[in-house]
Amino acid sequence: MVKAIEVSGLTKHYDGLVAVGGIDFEVEEGDIFGFLGPNGAGKTTTIRMLTGLSKPTSGNASVLGYDMGYEIVKAKKAFGVVPEISNMYDELSGLDNLIFMAQLYGLPSRERRARAEELLKTFGLFERKDSRFATYSRGMKRALTIAAAVVHRPRLLFLDEPTVGLDVVAARNLRSLIQRLRGEGITVFLTTHYLEEADILCSRIALLVKGKIIAMDTPSTLKAKAEEKPAVEIVFKAPLPQAAEQLGQRLPDAVVMKVNDKVRVYGGDTAIVLEAVLKYAREIGTGVASVNSLKPTLEDAFVKLTGLSPLAMAAEKGGK
Amino acid sequence: MRYESLRSIYHIAIKDMKTYYFKPPAISWGIVFPIAWILAFYLRNPRNFEELIPGLIAMTVLFSTTAMEAVVINFELRVGSLERLLLTPVTLTGVLLGKILGGAIFGLMITAVVTIASVLALGLYHINVIYLLLTLLPSLLLFSALGALLCVLVKEVFEAQTLANLPRFLMVFLCGVFTPVYSLPPALRQIAYVLPLTYTVDGIRVAFGEAGIVNIAIDIVVLIALIPILILPATRLLARRFI
Repeated sequence: MVKAIEVSGLTKHYDGLVAVGGIDFEVEEGDIFGFLGPNGAGKTTTIRMLTGLSKPTSGNASVLGYDMGYEIVKAKKAFGVVPEISNMYDELSGLDNLIFMAQLYGLPSRERRARAEELLKTFGLFERKDSRFATYSRGMKRALTIAAAVVHRPRLLFLDEPTVGLDVVAARNLRSLIQRLRGEGITVFLTTHYLEEADILCSRIALLVKGKIIAMDTPSTLKAKAEEKPAVEIVFKAPLPQAAEQLGQRLPDAVVMKVNDKVRVYGGDTAIVLEAVLKYAREIGTGVASVNSLKPTLEDAFVKLTGLSPLAMAAEKGGK
Repeated sequence: MRYESLRSIYHIAIKDMKTYYFKPPAISWGIVFPIAWILAFYLRNPRNFEELIPGLIAMTVLFSTTAMEAVVINFELRVGSLERLLLTPVTLTGVLLGKILGGAIFGLMITAVVTIASVLALGLYHINVIYLLLTLLPSLLLFSALGALLCVLVKEVFEAQTLANLPRFLMVFLCGVFTPVYSLPPALRQIAYVLPLTYTVDGIRVAFGEAGIVNIAIDIVVLIALIPILILPATRLLARRFI
Protein backbone atom coordinates (compact mmCIF):
# COMPACT_ATOMS: atom_id res chain seq x y z
CA MET A 1 0.00 0.00 0.00
CA VAL A 2 1.27 3.46 -0.93
CA LYS A 3 2.14 5.63 2.04
CA ALA A 4 0.56 9.07 2.15
CA ILE A 5 3.99 10.62 2.77
CA GLU A 6 7.47 9.07 2.70
CA VAL A 7 10.44 11.23 3.60
CA SER A 8 14.08 10.25 3.82
CA GLY A 9 17.04 12.42 4.67
CA LEU A 10 15.09 15.60 3.92
CA THR A 11 17.36 18.58 4.48
CA LYS A 12 17.07 22.30 3.89
CA HIS A 13 19.82 24.85 4.38
CA TYR A 14 19.30 28.60 4.18
CA ASP A 15 22.51 30.59 3.82
CA GLY A 16 24.48 27.96 5.70
CA LEU A 17 21.87 27.61 8.46
CA VAL A 18 20.22 24.22 8.85
CA ALA A 19 16.44 24.71 8.84
CA VAL A 20 15.68 21.01 8.47
CA GLY A 21 18.46 18.54 9.15
CA GLY A 22 17.97 15.19 7.47
CA ILE A 23 14.58 14.01 8.72
CA ASP A 24 12.95 10.65 7.97
CA PHE A 25 9.32 9.74 8.53
CA GLU A 26 6.28 8.07 6.99
CA VAL A 27 2.60 8.90 7.22
CA GLU A 28 -0.02 6.21 6.69
CA GLU A 29 -3.15 6.96 4.69
CA GLY A 30 -6.04 7.93 6.95
CA ASP A 31 -3.82 9.22 9.77
CA ILE A 32 -3.86 12.65 11.33
CA PHE A 33 -0.12 13.13 11.63
CA GLY A 34 1.03 15.92 13.90
CA PHE A 35 4.26 17.72 13.25
CA LEU A 36 4.92 19.37 16.55
CA GLY A 37 7.62 21.77 17.55
CA PRO A 38 8.39 25.26 18.80
CA ASN A 39 8.56 28.20 16.41
CA GLY A 40 11.61 27.97 14.21
CA ALA A 41 11.81 24.19 14.56
CA GLY A 42 11.45 23.68 10.79
CA LYS A 43 7.76 22.72 10.55
CA THR A 44 6.79 25.22 7.88
CA THR A 45 10.01 24.59 5.93
CA THR A 46 9.16 20.89 5.90
CA ILE A 47 5.61 21.55 4.73
CA ARG A 48 6.92 23.84 1.99
CA MET A 49 9.24 21.11 0.75
CA LEU A 50 6.46 18.53 0.84
CA THR A 51 4.11 20.77 -1.13
CA GLY A 52 6.59 21.82 -3.81
CA LEU A 53 7.02 25.41 -2.63
CA SER A 54 10.62 24.85 -1.68
CA LYS A 55 13.32 22.58 -3.07
CA PRO A 56 15.16 20.42 -0.52
CA THR A 57 18.92 20.89 -0.26
CA SER A 58 19.11 17.09 -0.15
CA GLY A 59 16.96 14.07 0.56
CA ASN A 60 13.80 12.66 -0.96
CA ALA A 61 10.10 13.09 -0.41
CA SER A 62 7.19 11.34 -2.04
CA VAL A 63 3.60 12.35 -1.48
CA LEU A 64 0.82 9.88 -2.31
CA GLY A 65 3.36 7.93 -4.34
CA TYR A 66 4.49 10.94 -6.40
CA ASP A 67 8.11 11.97 -6.24
CA MET A 68 8.21 15.64 -5.23
CA GLY A 69 11.34 16.10 -7.30
CA TYR A 70 9.70 15.63 -10.71
CA GLU A 71 5.98 14.84 -10.23
CA ILE A 72 4.96 17.98 -8.35
CA VAL A 73 2.01 18.95 -10.55
CA LYS A 74 0.55 15.42 -10.41
CA ALA A 75 0.96 15.37 -6.64
CA LYS A 76 -0.69 18.79 -6.26
CA LYS A 77 -3.82 17.42 -7.91
CA ALA A 78 -4.07 14.81 -5.16
CA PHE A 79 -3.38 16.93 -2.08
CA GLY A 80 -4.65 20.21 -0.67
CA VAL A 81 -2.79 22.78 1.39
CA VAL A 82 -4.02 25.18 4.04
CA PRO A 83 -1.20 27.69 4.54
CA GLU A 84 -0.60 29.42 7.82
CA ILE A 85 -2.17 32.63 6.55
CA SER A 86 -5.68 32.75 5.08
CA ASN A 87 -4.63 34.02 1.68
CA MET A 88 -7.78 33.89 -0.43
CA TYR A 89 -8.77 36.87 -2.58
CA ASP A 90 -10.19 39.78 -0.57
CA GLU A 91 -11.94 41.21 -3.62
CA LEU A 92 -13.82 38.01 -4.49
CA SER A 93 -16.82 36.59 -2.67
CA GLY A 94 -16.56 33.30 -0.80
CA LEU A 95 -18.39 31.59 -3.65
CA ASP A 96 -16.19 33.11 -6.37
CA ASN A 97 -13.03 32.20 -4.43
CA LEU A 98 -14.09 28.55 -4.31
CA ILE A 99 -15.18 28.50 -7.96
CA PHE A 100 -11.79 29.94 -8.96
CA MET A 101 -10.00 27.22 -7.00
CA ALA A 102 -12.26 24.60 -8.62
CA GLN A 103 -11.24 25.99 -12.02
CA LEU A 104 -7.54 25.70 -11.21
CA TYR A 105 -7.99 22.14 -9.97
CA GLY A 106 -9.74 21.26 -13.21
CA LEU A 107 -13.21 20.44 -11.91
CA PRO A 108 -15.68 20.21 -14.81
CA SER A 109 -17.52 23.52 -15.27
CA ARG A 110 -20.94 21.96 -14.54
CA GLU A 111 -19.72 20.75 -11.12
CA ARG A 112 -17.87 23.83 -9.91
CA ARG A 113 -20.74 25.88 -8.54
CA ALA A 114 -22.44 22.89 -6.92
CA ARG A 115 -19.20 21.80 -5.23
CA ALA A 116 -18.49 25.35 -4.04
CA GLU A 117 -22.00 25.68 -2.58
CA GLU A 118 -21.76 22.24 -0.96
CA LEU A 119 -18.53 23.28 0.78
CA LEU A 120 -19.96 26.63 1.84
CA LYS A 121 -22.81 24.75 3.51
CA THR A 122 -20.42 22.21 5.12
CA PHE A 123 -18.26 24.99 6.52
CA GLY A 124 -21.19 27.11 7.69
CA LEU A 125 -20.52 29.94 5.25
CA PHE A 126 -23.44 29.57 2.86
CA GLU A 127 -25.34 32.56 4.25
CA ARG A 128 -22.31 34.74 3.47
CA LYS A 129 -21.45 33.16 0.12
CA ASP A 130 -21.83 36.43 -1.82
CA SER A 131 -19.92 38.56 0.70
CA ARG A 132 -16.39 39.56 -0.12
CA PHE A 133 -13.67 37.53 1.60
CA ALA A 134 -12.31 40.79 3.09
CA THR A 135 -15.51 41.14 5.16
CA TYR A 136 -15.25 37.67 6.76
CA SER A 137 -14.21 37.18 10.39
CA ARG A 138 -10.88 35.50 11.08
CA GLY A 139 -12.57 32.16 11.80
CA MET A 140 -14.66 32.40 8.62
CA LYS A 141 -11.54 33.22 6.60
CA ARG A 142 -9.82 30.16 8.02
CA ALA A 143 -12.84 27.99 7.23
CA LEU A 144 -12.98 29.24 3.63
CA THR A 145 -9.23 28.67 3.23
CA ILE A 146 -9.73 25.06 4.32
CA ALA A 147 -12.77 24.72 2.05
CA ALA A 148 -10.62 25.94 -0.85
CA ALA A 149 -8.01 23.31 -0.06
CA VAL A 150 -10.54 20.46 -0.26
CA VAL A 151 -12.50 21.70 -3.27
CA HIS A 152 -10.97 18.97 -5.45
CA ARG A 153 -11.58 16.20 -2.88
CA PRO A 154 -7.91 15.61 -2.03
CA ARG A 155 -6.66 12.40 -0.43
CA LEU A 156 -4.22 14.32 1.75
CA LEU A 157 -4.52 17.71 3.42
CA PHE A 158 -1.59 19.75 4.72
CA LEU A 159 -2.61 22.11 7.51
CA ASP A 160 0.00 24.60 8.64
CA GLU A 161 -0.80 25.98 12.11
CA PRO A 162 -4.54 25.98 11.39
CA THR A 163 -5.74 27.52 14.65
CA VAL A 164 -3.13 30.25 15.14
CA GLY A 165 -4.84 33.55 15.87
CA LEU A 166 -8.33 32.07 16.27
CA ASP A 167 -10.49 32.61 19.33
CA VAL A 168 -11.37 29.62 21.52
CA VAL A 169 -14.73 28.92 19.87
CA ALA A 170 -13.41 29.22 16.31
CA ALA A 171 -10.43 26.99 17.17
CA ARG A 172 -12.73 24.36 18.67
CA ASN A 173 -14.99 24.43 15.59
CA LEU A 174 -11.97 24.04 13.39
CA ARG A 175 -10.73 21.04 15.36
CA SER A 176 -14.07 19.27 14.97
CA LEU A 177 -13.92 20.09 11.28
CA ILE A 178 -10.49 18.47 11.01
CA GLN A 179 -11.82 15.38 12.75
CA ARG A 180 -14.73 15.33 10.30
CA LEU A 181 -12.28 15.42 7.38
CA ARG A 182 -10.52 12.41 8.80
CA GLY A 183 -13.90 10.70 9.00
CA GLU A 184 -14.19 11.26 5.26
CA GLY A 185 -10.94 9.33 4.77
CA ILE A 186 -8.67 12.32 4.19
CA THR A 187 -5.15 11.97 5.56
CA VAL A 188 -4.16 15.08 7.49
CA PHE A 189 -0.63 16.39 7.99
CA LEU A 190 -0.88 18.99 10.71
CA THR A 191 1.82 21.32 11.96
CA THR A 192 1.13 23.02 15.25
CA HIS A 193 2.86 24.33 18.30
CA TYR A 194 -0.24 23.75 20.44
CA LEU A 195 0.43 20.56 22.40
CA GLU A 196 -3.16 20.15 23.51
CA GLU A 197 -4.40 20.47 19.93
CA ALA A 198 -2.00 17.78 18.76
CA ASP A 199 -3.05 15.53 21.64
CA ILE A 200 -6.74 15.86 20.77
CA LEU A 201 -6.42 15.46 17.01
CA CYS A 202 -3.42 13.37 16.06
CA SER A 203 -3.07 9.64 15.72
CA ARG A 204 0.72 10.00 15.46
CA ILE A 205 3.05 12.81 16.38
CA ALA A 206 6.60 13.73 15.45
CA LEU A 207 8.40 16.14 17.77
CA LEU A 208 10.65 18.46 15.80
CA VAL A 209 13.31 20.55 17.49
CA LYS A 210 15.96 22.57 15.64
CA GLY A 211 15.25 20.76 12.38
CA LYS A 212 15.54 17.25 13.83
CA ILE A 213 12.84 14.74 14.75
CA ILE A 214 13.59 13.76 18.31
CA ALA A 215 10.60 11.48 18.92
CA MET A 216 7.78 10.03 16.84
CA ASP A 217 4.92 7.89 18.09
CA THR A 218 1.27 7.89 19.11
CA PRO A 219 0.33 10.55 21.69
CA SER A 220 -0.36 7.88 24.32
CA THR A 221 3.04 6.22 23.79
CA LEU A 222 4.80 9.57 23.93
CA LYS A 223 2.99 10.36 27.15
CA ALA A 224 3.83 6.93 28.56
CA LYS A 225 7.49 7.71 28.00
CA ALA A 226 7.11 10.64 30.38
CA GLU A 227 5.41 8.53 33.04
CA GLU A 228 8.03 7.51 35.58
CA LYS A 229 5.89 6.65 38.61
CA PRO A 230 2.14 6.08 39.06
CA ALA A 231 0.44 9.07 40.62
CA VAL A 232 -2.94 9.64 42.27
CA GLU A 233 -4.66 12.80 43.41
CA ILE A 234 -7.03 12.69 46.37
CA VAL A 235 -9.60 15.22 47.56
CA PHE A 236 -11.00 14.67 51.05
CA LYS A 237 -14.51 15.76 51.96
CA ALA A 238 -13.18 17.97 54.76
CA PRO A 239 -10.06 20.16 54.59
CA LEU A 240 -7.18 18.29 56.24
CA PRO A 241 -4.06 20.44 56.45
CA GLN A 242 -2.00 17.61 57.98
CA ALA A 243 -3.16 14.91 55.54
CA ALA A 244 -0.09 14.89 53.33
CA GLU A 245 2.29 14.63 56.25
CA GLN A 246 0.28 11.93 58.01
CA LEU A 247 -0.23 9.89 54.85
CA GLY A 248 3.45 10.19 54.05
CA GLN A 249 4.25 8.48 57.38
CA ARG A 250 1.91 5.60 56.43
CA LEU A 251 3.31 5.27 52.87
CA PRO A 252 7.12 5.14 53.18
CA ASP A 253 7.56 3.95 49.54
CA ALA A 254 5.67 6.93 48.11
CA VAL A 255 6.17 10.69 47.91
CA VAL A 256 3.14 12.51 49.29
CA MET A 257 2.59 16.23 48.83
CA LYS A 258 -0.13 18.80 49.30
CA VAL A 259 -1.20 20.74 46.18
CA ASN A 260 -3.81 23.40 47.08
CA ASP A 261 -6.66 21.48 48.73
CA LYS A 262 -5.57 18.18 47.18
CA VAL A 263 -3.10 15.50 48.17
CA ARG A 264 -0.89 13.90 45.56
CA VAL A 265 0.81 10.56 46.02
CA TYR A 266 3.66 9.66 43.65
CA GLY A 267 4.97 6.09 43.48
CA GLY A 268 4.17 3.10 45.65
CA ASP A 269 1.77 0.30 44.82
CA THR A 270 -1.52 1.93 43.79
CA ALA A 271 -3.68 -0.67 45.61
CA ILE A 272 -1.75 -0.16 48.86
CA VAL A 273 -1.95 3.63 48.44
CA LEU A 274 -5.74 3.54 47.97
CA GLU A 275 -6.22 1.22 50.92
CA ALA A 276 -4.11 3.52 53.11
CA VAL A 277 -6.00 6.62 51.99
CA LEU A 278 -9.42 5.09 52.70
CA LYS A 279 -8.26 3.76 56.09
CA TYR A 280 -6.85 7.18 57.01
CA ALA A 281 -10.09 8.94 56.04
CA ARG A 282 -12.17 6.49 58.13
CA GLU A 283 -9.87 6.93 61.15
CA ILE A 284 -10.15 10.70 61.22
CA GLY A 285 -13.87 10.60 60.54
CA THR A 286 -14.16 12.04 57.04
CA GLY A 287 -14.70 10.71 53.56
CA VAL A 288 -12.96 10.79 50.20
CA ALA A 289 -14.60 13.15 47.70
CA SER A 290 -12.55 11.99 44.69
CA VAL A 291 -9.55 9.95 43.66
CA ASN A 292 -7.98 10.54 40.27
CA SER A 293 -5.17 8.74 38.55
CA LEU A 294 -2.76 11.38 37.26
CA LYS A 295 -1.58 10.76 33.71
CA PRO A 296 1.26 12.71 32.15
CA THR A 297 0.20 15.21 29.52
CA LEU A 298 1.77 15.67 26.12
CA GLU A 299 3.41 18.73 27.62
CA ASP A 300 5.12 16.50 30.21
CA ALA A 301 6.25 14.24 27.37
CA PHE A 302 7.49 17.22 25.37
CA VAL A 303 9.45 18.58 28.31
CA LYS A 304 10.97 15.20 29.09
CA LEU A 305 11.82 14.28 25.49
CA THR A 306 13.08 17.66 24.31
CA GLY A 307 14.51 19.10 27.50
CA LEU A 308 12.83 22.38 26.49
CA SER A 309 10.57 24.52 28.62
CA PRO A 310 6.86 24.28 27.76
CA LEU A 311 7.07 28.06 27.28
CA ALA A 312 9.00 27.35 24.08
CA MET A 313 5.75 26.00 22.66
CA ALA A 314 3.52 28.65 24.15
CA ALA A 315 5.02 31.57 22.21
CA GLU A 316 2.97 32.65 19.22
CA LYS A 317 4.66 33.34 15.93
CA GLY A 318 6.01 36.81 15.63
CA GLY A 319 6.90 36.87 19.27
CA LYS A 320 3.35 37.27 20.51
CA MET B 1 1.85 23.50 -23.74
CA ARG B 2 -0.85 21.19 -22.42
CA TYR B 3 -4.54 22.06 -22.49
CA GLU B 4 -4.73 22.00 -18.67
CA SER B 5 -1.98 24.62 -18.41
CA LEU B 6 -3.60 26.85 -21.01
CA ARG B 7 -6.91 26.58 -19.19
CA SER B 8 -5.28 27.59 -15.89
CA ILE B 9 -3.51 30.54 -17.56
CA TYR B 10 -6.88 31.68 -18.91
CA HIS B 11 -8.62 31.34 -15.52
CA ILE B 12 -5.85 33.27 -13.73
CA ALA B 13 -6.08 36.08 -16.29
CA ILE B 14 -9.87 36.25 -15.99
CA LYS B 15 -9.67 36.25 -12.19
CA ASP B 16 -7.15 39.10 -12.34
CA MET B 17 -9.52 41.07 -14.56
CA LYS B 18 -12.34 40.63 -12.04
CA THR B 19 -10.13 41.33 -9.06
CA TYR B 20 -7.68 44.06 -9.95
CA TYR B 21 -8.83 46.12 -12.93
CA PHE B 22 -10.29 48.81 -10.75
CA LYS B 23 -7.48 49.02 -8.21
CA PRO B 24 -6.27 52.63 -7.81
CA PRO B 25 -2.69 51.99 -9.06
CA ALA B 26 -4.05 50.36 -12.22
CA ILE B 27 -6.37 53.31 -12.86
CA SER B 28 -3.82 56.04 -12.08
CA TRP B 29 -0.81 54.60 -13.92
CA GLY B 30 -2.60 52.51 -16.52
CA ILE B 31 -5.45 54.82 -17.54
CA VAL B 32 -5.20 58.35 -16.10
CA PHE B 33 -1.48 58.83 -16.78
CA PRO B 34 -1.46 58.01 -20.54
CA ILE B 35 -4.71 59.92 -21.10
CA ALA B 36 -3.36 62.95 -19.23
CA TRP B 37 -0.25 62.94 -21.44
CA ILE B 38 -2.36 62.67 -24.58
CA LEU B 39 -4.53 65.60 -23.51
CA ALA B 40 -1.48 67.65 -22.56
CA PHE B 41 0.04 67.17 -25.99
CA TYR B 42 -3.26 67.88 -27.70
CA LEU B 43 -3.75 71.15 -25.82
CA ARG B 44 -0.17 72.21 -26.55
CA ASN B 45 -0.38 71.66 -30.30
CA PRO B 46 -3.81 70.57 -31.63
CA ARG B 47 -2.83 71.15 -35.29
CA ASN B 48 -0.11 68.51 -35.60
CA PHE B 49 -1.63 66.24 -33.01
CA GLU B 50 -2.24 63.34 -35.40
CA GLU B 51 1.52 62.93 -35.88
CA LEU B 52 1.78 62.07 -32.20
CA ILE B 53 -0.96 59.44 -32.22
CA PRO B 54 1.24 56.38 -33.00
CA GLY B 55 3.63 57.34 -30.19
CA LEU B 56 0.81 58.00 -27.76
CA ILE B 57 -0.80 54.65 -28.56
CA ALA B 58 2.55 52.95 -27.96
CA MET B 59 2.91 54.82 -24.67
CA THR B 60 -0.55 53.69 -23.65
CA VAL B 61 0.47 50.09 -24.34
CA LEU B 62 3.59 50.53 -22.24
CA PHE B 63 1.98 52.20 -19.23
CA SER B 64 -1.25 50.20 -19.10
CA THR B 65 0.43 46.79 -19.22
CA THR B 66 3.30 47.54 -16.83
CA ALA B 67 0.93 49.27 -14.37
CA MET B 68 -1.37 46.26 -14.35
CA GLU B 69 1.52 43.82 -13.76
CA ALA B 70 2.53 45.77 -10.68
CA VAL B 71 -1.00 45.29 -9.39
CA VAL B 72 -1.58 41.64 -10.33
CA ILE B 73 1.82 40.47 -9.14
CA ASN B 74 2.76 42.72 -6.23
CA PHE B 75 -0.66 42.76 -4.54
CA GLU B 76 -0.55 38.98 -4.54
CA LEU B 77 3.05 38.80 -3.39
CA ARG B 78 2.17 41.02 -0.45
CA VAL B 79 -0.95 39.18 0.73
CA GLY B 80 0.40 35.73 -0.08
CA SER B 81 -2.22 34.77 -2.65
CA LEU B 82 0.45 34.25 -5.33
CA GLU B 83 1.80 31.50 -3.08
CA ARG B 84 -1.68 30.00 -2.96
CA LEU B 85 -1.69 29.84 -6.77
CA LEU B 86 1.61 27.98 -6.63
CA LEU B 87 0.03 25.39 -4.34
CA THR B 88 -2.47 24.46 -7.05
CA PRO B 89 -1.55 22.15 -9.92
CA VAL B 90 -0.30 25.03 -12.07
CA THR B 91 3.38 25.41 -12.89
CA LEU B 92 5.20 28.56 -11.88
CA THR B 93 5.54 29.47 -15.55
CA GLY B 94 1.79 28.94 -15.95
CA VAL B 95 1.04 31.30 -13.06
CA LEU B 96 3.34 33.95 -14.53
CA LEU B 97 1.86 33.58 -18.02
CA GLY B 98 -1.62 34.00 -16.52
CA LYS B 99 -0.46 37.23 -14.90
CA ILE B 100 1.13 38.44 -18.15
CA LEU B 101 -2.03 37.63 -20.10
CA GLY B 102 -4.13 39.52 -17.53
CA GLY B 103 -1.93 42.60 -17.95
CA ALA B 104 -2.01 42.32 -21.73
CA ILE B 105 -5.83 42.13 -21.81
CA PHE B 106 -6.06 45.22 -19.59
CA GLY B 107 -3.61 46.99 -21.91
CA LEU B 108 -5.62 45.90 -24.93
CA MET B 109 -8.80 47.40 -23.49
CA ILE B 110 -7.21 50.76 -22.68
CA THR B 111 -5.27 50.86 -25.95
CA ALA B 112 -8.40 49.98 -27.93
CA VAL B 113 -10.29 52.87 -26.34
CA VAL B 114 -7.43 55.32 -27.04
CA THR B 115 -6.95 54.06 -30.62
CA ILE B 116 -10.64 54.03 -31.56
CA ALA B 117 -11.21 57.46 -29.98
CA SER B 118 -8.20 58.88 -31.86
CA VAL B 119 -9.28 57.36 -35.17
CA LEU B 120 -12.83 58.65 -34.83
CA ALA B 121 -11.90 62.09 -33.46
CA LEU B 122 -9.20 62.79 -36.03
CA GLY B 123 -10.71 60.90 -38.96
CA LEU B 124 -7.70 58.62 -39.35
CA TYR B 125 -9.56 56.01 -41.40
CA HIS B 126 -6.60 55.07 -43.58
CA ILE B 127 -4.96 52.80 -41.01
CA ASN B 128 -3.88 49.27 -41.85
CA VAL B 129 -5.74 47.27 -39.21
CA ILE B 130 -3.75 44.06 -39.84
CA TYR B 131 -0.42 45.83 -39.31
CA LEU B 132 -1.82 47.58 -36.26
CA LEU B 133 -2.97 44.33 -34.67
CA LEU B 134 0.25 42.51 -35.61
CA THR B 135 2.18 45.24 -33.83
CA LEU B 136 -0.10 45.79 -30.85
CA LEU B 137 -0.75 42.19 -29.82
CA PRO B 138 2.91 41.15 -29.38
CA SER B 139 3.65 44.57 -27.86
CA LEU B 140 0.95 44.09 -25.22
CA LEU B 141 2.39 40.71 -24.25
CA LEU B 142 5.94 42.00 -24.41
CA PHE B 143 5.42 45.00 -22.13
CA SER B 144 3.27 42.94 -19.82
CA ALA B 145 6.22 40.51 -19.59
CA LEU B 146 8.56 43.44 -18.96
CA GLY B 147 6.27 44.58 -16.17
CA ALA B 148 6.28 41.06 -14.72
CA LEU B 149 10.07 40.94 -14.81
CA LEU B 150 10.35 44.22 -12.92
CA CYS B 151 7.60 43.35 -10.45
CA VAL B 152 9.07 40.06 -9.30
CA LEU B 153 12.16 41.97 -8.16
CA VAL B 154 10.22 43.84 -5.46
CA LYS B 155 7.31 43.17 -3.12
CA GLU B 156 5.18 46.29 -2.84
CA VAL B 157 3.03 47.85 -5.60
CA PHE B 158 4.55 51.30 -5.12
CA GLU B 159 8.06 49.85 -5.36
CA ALA B 160 7.13 48.13 -8.60
CA GLN B 161 5.61 51.32 -10.07
CA THR B 162 8.71 53.30 -9.10
CA LEU B 163 11.06 50.69 -10.53
CA ALA B 164 9.02 50.48 -13.74
CA ASN B 165 9.28 54.25 -14.25
CA LEU B 166 12.95 54.00 -15.12
CA PRO B 167 12.53 51.93 -18.31
CA ARG B 168 9.15 53.59 -19.01
CA PHE B 169 10.51 57.12 -19.19
CA LEU B 170 13.73 56.04 -20.88
CA MET B 171 11.66 54.46 -23.64
CA VAL B 172 9.14 57.30 -23.85
CA PHE B 173 11.96 59.77 -24.57
CA LEU B 174 14.18 57.59 -26.75
CA CYS B 175 11.86 55.36 -28.77
CA GLY B 176 10.19 57.83 -31.08
CA VAL B 177 7.07 58.57 -29.04
CA PHE B 178 7.56 62.35 -29.30
CA THR B 179 10.78 62.73 -31.29
CA PRO B 180 11.50 60.55 -34.34
CA VAL B 181 14.34 58.10 -33.72
CA TYR B 182 16.21 59.26 -36.84
CA SER B 183 16.48 62.77 -35.38
CA LEU B 184 18.23 61.57 -32.20
CA PRO B 185 22.01 61.94 -31.80
CA PRO B 186 23.79 58.78 -33.06
CA ALA B 187 24.65 57.47 -29.58
CA LEU B 188 21.04 57.78 -28.39
CA ARG B 189 19.83 56.28 -31.67
CA GLN B 190 21.89 53.15 -30.95
CA ILE B 191 20.25 52.90 -27.55
CA ALA B 192 16.82 53.36 -29.13
CA TYR B 193 17.42 50.38 -31.40
CA VAL B 194 17.83 48.05 -28.42
CA LEU B 195 14.66 49.29 -26.69
CA PRO B 196 11.49 47.41 -27.60
CA LEU B 197 9.15 50.44 -27.63
CA THR B 198 11.03 51.67 -30.72
CA TYR B 199 9.60 48.72 -32.69
CA THR B 200 6.10 49.23 -31.28
CA VAL B 201 6.10 52.92 -32.27
CA ASP B 202 7.58 52.07 -35.66
CA GLY B 203 5.00 49.34 -36.37
CA ILE B 204 2.13 51.62 -35.39
CA ARG B 205 3.51 54.44 -37.57
CA VAL B 206 3.59 52.06 -40.54
CA ALA B 207 0.01 50.95 -39.73
CA PHE B 208 -0.97 54.65 -39.81
CA GLY B 209 0.58 55.01 -43.27
CA GLU B 210 3.85 56.64 -42.28
CA ALA B 211 7.34 55.48 -43.24
CA GLY B 212 9.02 53.16 -40.76
CA ILE B 213 12.65 53.12 -39.72
CA VAL B 214 12.73 49.38 -40.45
CA ASN B 215 10.47 47.00 -42.34
CA ILE B 216 7.32 46.24 -40.33
CA ALA B 217 8.11 42.53 -40.53
CA ILE B 218 11.28 43.25 -38.56
CA ASP B 219 9.28 45.23 -36.00
CA ILE B 220 6.91 42.31 -35.51
CA VAL B 221 9.65 39.66 -35.37
CA VAL B 222 11.66 41.66 -32.84
CA LEU B 223 8.60 42.20 -30.65
CA ILE B 224 7.65 38.52 -30.73
CA ALA B 225 11.24 37.36 -30.14
CA LEU B 226 11.64 39.57 -27.07
CA ILE B 227 8.62 38.06 -25.28
CA PRO B 228 10.27 34.78 -24.21
CA ILE B 229 13.54 36.63 -23.56
CA LEU B 230 11.73 38.60 -20.84
CA ILE B 231 9.56 35.75 -19.57
CA LEU B 232 12.50 33.43 -18.94
CA PRO B 233 14.32 35.61 -16.37
CA ALA B 234 10.99 36.64 -14.81
CA THR B 235 10.17 32.96 -14.24
CA ARG B 236 13.61 32.32 -12.76
CA LEU B 237 13.39 35.31 -10.44
CA LEU B 238 9.93 34.32 -9.28
CA ALA B 239 11.13 30.75 -8.70
CA ARG B 240 14.00 32.08 -6.64
CA ARG B 241 11.55 33.96 -4.41
CA PHE B 242 9.64 30.80 -3.64
CA ILE B 243 11.58 27.67 -4.51
